[in-house]
Amino acid sequence: MDYIIAGLIGIFVTVGVYFLLSRSVIRMLLGITVFGNAVNLLIFTGGRLTRQVAPIVPEGAETIAGAANPLPQALVLTAIVIGFAMFIFLLVLAFRTYQSLDADNTDNMRLAEPEGGCRPPLSY
Amino acid sequence: MGPSLDVSVILVAIAPFLAAALAPAVHRFTGAFAGWFLAIVPAAIFLFLFGFLDEVAGGEPVRASIDWVPSYGIGLSFLIDGLSLTFALMISGVGTLIIVYSGAYLAGHPHQGRFLGFMLAFMGAMLGLVLADNMLALYAFWELTSVSSFLLIGFDHARQAARRAAIQALVVTNLGGLALLLGALMVQHLTGQWDLSGVRETGDLMRLSPFYAPVLVLFLLAAFSKSAQFPLHFWLPNAMEAPTPVSAFLHSATMVQAGVYLLARMTPILGETQAWMATLTVFGGVTLVWGGFSALKQIDLKQMLASTTIASLGLLVLLIGQGSEAAIAAMVVYFVAHAFYKAGLFLMVGVLDHGTGTRDLTALGGLMRKMPVSFVAAVLSGVSMVGLPLTVGYLAKEEMYLGLAHADPSSILVLLVVVAGNALLAAVGIAIAMRPFTGATVETPVPAHEGSFGLVLGPLVLGLLGIGVALATAWFGHDILEPAGTAILAEPVESHLTLALDLGSILFWLSLLTWALGAAVYYQLDALRALLRRADAVIGWTFDKGFDVLMFGLVRMAGAVTRFLHHGRLEVYLVVVFSFFAIALLAPWLTLGGLERLMPPSALGTWAAQWSWSDLTVYEWAVVAIAIIGLVALVIAQNRLVAILSLGVQGIAVAMLFLLFGAPDLSFTQFMVEILSVVVLTLVMTRLKLDERDHRPFEDALRDGTIAVLCGLGVTLLLSTILTGRLDNELSGVFLATSVPIAHGHNVVNVILVDYRGFDTLGEISVVMAAGIAILALIRGQRGAGRIPLPPARSERIKGMVR
Repeated sequence: MDYIIAGLIGIFVTVGVYFLLSRSVIRMLLGITVFGNAVNLLIFTGGRLTRQVAPIVPEGAETIAGAANPLPQALVLTAIVIGFAMFIFLLVLAFRTYQSLDADNTDNMRLAEPEGGCRPPLSY
Repeated sequence: MGPSLDVSVILVAIAPFLAAALAPAVHRFTGAFAGWFLAIVPAAIFLFLFGFLDEVAGGEPVRASIDWVPSYGIGLSFLIDGLSLTFALMISGVGTLIIVYSGAYLAGHPHQGRFLGFMLAFMGAMLGLVLADNMLALYAFWELTSVSSFLLIGFDHARQAARRAAIQALVVTNLGGLALLLGALMVQHLTGQWDLSGVRETGDLMRLSPFYAPVLVLFLLAAFSKSAQFPLHFWLPNAMEAPTPVSAFLHSATMVQAGVYLLARMTPILGETQAWMATLTVFGGVTLVWGGFSALKQIDLKQMLASTTIASLGLLVLLIGQGSEAAIAAMVVYFVAHAFYKAGLFLMVGVLDHGTGTRDLTALGGLMRKMPVSFVAAVLSGVSMVGLPLTVGYLAKEEMYLGLAHADPSSILVLLVVVAGNALLAAVGIAIAMRPFTGATVETPVPAHEGSFGLVLGPLVLGLLGIGVALATAWFGHDILEPAGTAILAEPVESHLTLALDLGSILFWLSLLTWALGAAVYYQLDALRALLRRADAVIGWTFDKGFDVLMFGLVRMAGAVTRFLHHGRLEVYLVVVFSFFAIALLAPWLTLGGLERLMPPSALGTWAAQWSWSDLTVYEWAVVAIAIIGLVALVIAQNRLVAILSLGVQGIAVAMLFLLFGAPDLSFTQFMVEILSVVVLTLVMTRLKLDERDHRPFEDALRDGTIAVLCGLGVTLLLSTILTGRLDNELSGVFLATSVPIAHGHNVVNVILVDYRGFDTLGEISVVMAAGIAILALIRGQRGAGRIPLPPARSERIKGMVR
């Protein structure tokens, strides 16, 4: 079953990269979200999949056998939260950029690097 | 007897740097007397070194060394033999006079302290250069002289000409510095010695090495760039932008002689081969004649002197190239003579400039009465430059002709070149010493007046030394010439200097010919200058202009490369990044046997069994299907709302996967995040007037799609291959086993987050907080600032493109 999930992750990556290569900032944002999900699943699957048994020790027991791998879960949990924070920040940034520059297309965002670039001075 | 010899010798190279650091403070406290105070340092060094004369003349070089990088066997070693002592005495002796002179020349200048500091730092570097035995130390001091020369040429940094000259000198001499470093490393590699004295003991090792030619080229490049040999000579006349004491000290008497010193140093190691002799003789000869004629073209006294310096450097290189005992002796004597008369004349020109406000040869005349001391100084140095009897210049010329007067054709050609060069130098010497002081009085921009004591002291003393040293012929021959010549040739050299005129010798008649030619050129100076200038105008191209073309070409090329790599189109950057991502995923997988691991040939038959439908339960398949549907809907979405909802669908599917595979915490968080994302995205998107659809041209979509599919394929294959391996679960096992006994928590994931990896969670919270603050700032800023003003035309264009 791991291989099927690996294939699914491939589809996530494909869609994420395809959106990231778009010139529209909002679409790139969607791409980041999908790509982030792909990476989270990648880490999760890399720790091997185990059905249904959560790593929660029952009341009264010292330990639990046959539970899912808890380490990737802890890593992914952190990643989800940070990913969400970044998503919201980028969204607001894109929104403000649109308001300021009237542009959603990265080709038109050339305030810092004007077309043609600046020429080096030819004197001493 | 005070500090040990090692320390005191090293102090010689260090003391000027210390004095340099203190110079601005000394200037602040002593004002006009700063020059006199600071001159104590070089004077003390001079006297200290003078004490070594007897010992060195006795054939015993003085050695000093301290550890530098002991792990590589590199020591900061110094060697005082005849050659380095001659140079060091000139540097500290002339340096003393120059520092005194600088104090008077720049009196009242706001940055005089800085200037004196640069001068002293240069002196330290130069002393270090000639005293160093270790090749790396030699290189370091060599570069330090370039740097201090840069600072001094660009001292008047408000003028563009000074900045250009400073950069030009730095570029050309640093090119040579790099060559020196490479050459030194090669010599070390071939001989295993860092010390030049050690390399000298290896005899013919370098000369017979297959790498002799590259090493020779590197060292010649270093020496030629520093000593302004044709065709790398063009920076020296421009360096005259520096204040006059700098021109006198760095660009005639000492720094430009570093190349000559290097060649003399390397003579026992690289010299005496056919290539060495031919190259040095040809380049030296061309430089000599070129410099002589350039000097005739000038009317600025400093430019004339600079051109004659180029000629003299050429002469010195030529003499080293000849390499006979007499030629080397002549080189040593000529180096001393040149340092005295050239520094003296430069300082005299500075006094003239100071006293009259001009350095134009044609705008000066009849100053003999108003500036008598300068006149005396000029004549004293002038006779040495012309090489009249009783001067050290005369001794140098006689020795030179003695070394070159052989009967074979090539020697006669060299002799003719040297006679012609000496005649040109003599003519320029007469012109500089006589023209401004004789003839009719000419009005000058500043009413002509004699310089102060500090100003005239230097030129006068240098002029007198040029004669005094010659009168002490026997001492000069025994204490300076013989040890220096011996150090260069690595075999005993005998002085046969004499002031006597021998009418029966060819040498006397060669001297007479030189003087006659010089006088003739002097009388035709104006006509010759006009002729040479016309010739220049016809050619219309100089090495100096070529330098500009080269430099600006470099700048343009750098600009073009930058614009090519840094074009500012995000889309192309990302295409490059993800192309390499795909390559990085697939290339190692294909080449390092990923395919065999994933699908071993033995398992090919049972291929279908490994990928059966029943691997997943029906409801698991359903979740996978939901995820795929969400993703596909996202790609083909026709409007924003569908896109946002599709994003939500794939996110929920991920959450359900987490739930199915034993991660309820993840699932819960993912649900929350996805729902919040959809809500926030909807709120924001409705306020944006964005394109409903992806307007990528078909070929772009094809390109992006290909890259995306390759990336996805790469991730799938890599992950599948990883999954065939064994997972080391030791860490997870520890967490599972110790969660309850140690941390008293039943939810192992939570225990890991808040306990085992608590700091990690703290970092995570910090990131969330930082994002929150940044978002707040972005939204707050919106109210006050409003739109960033754009140039009207651009703003219109962008609006036009968006709508």
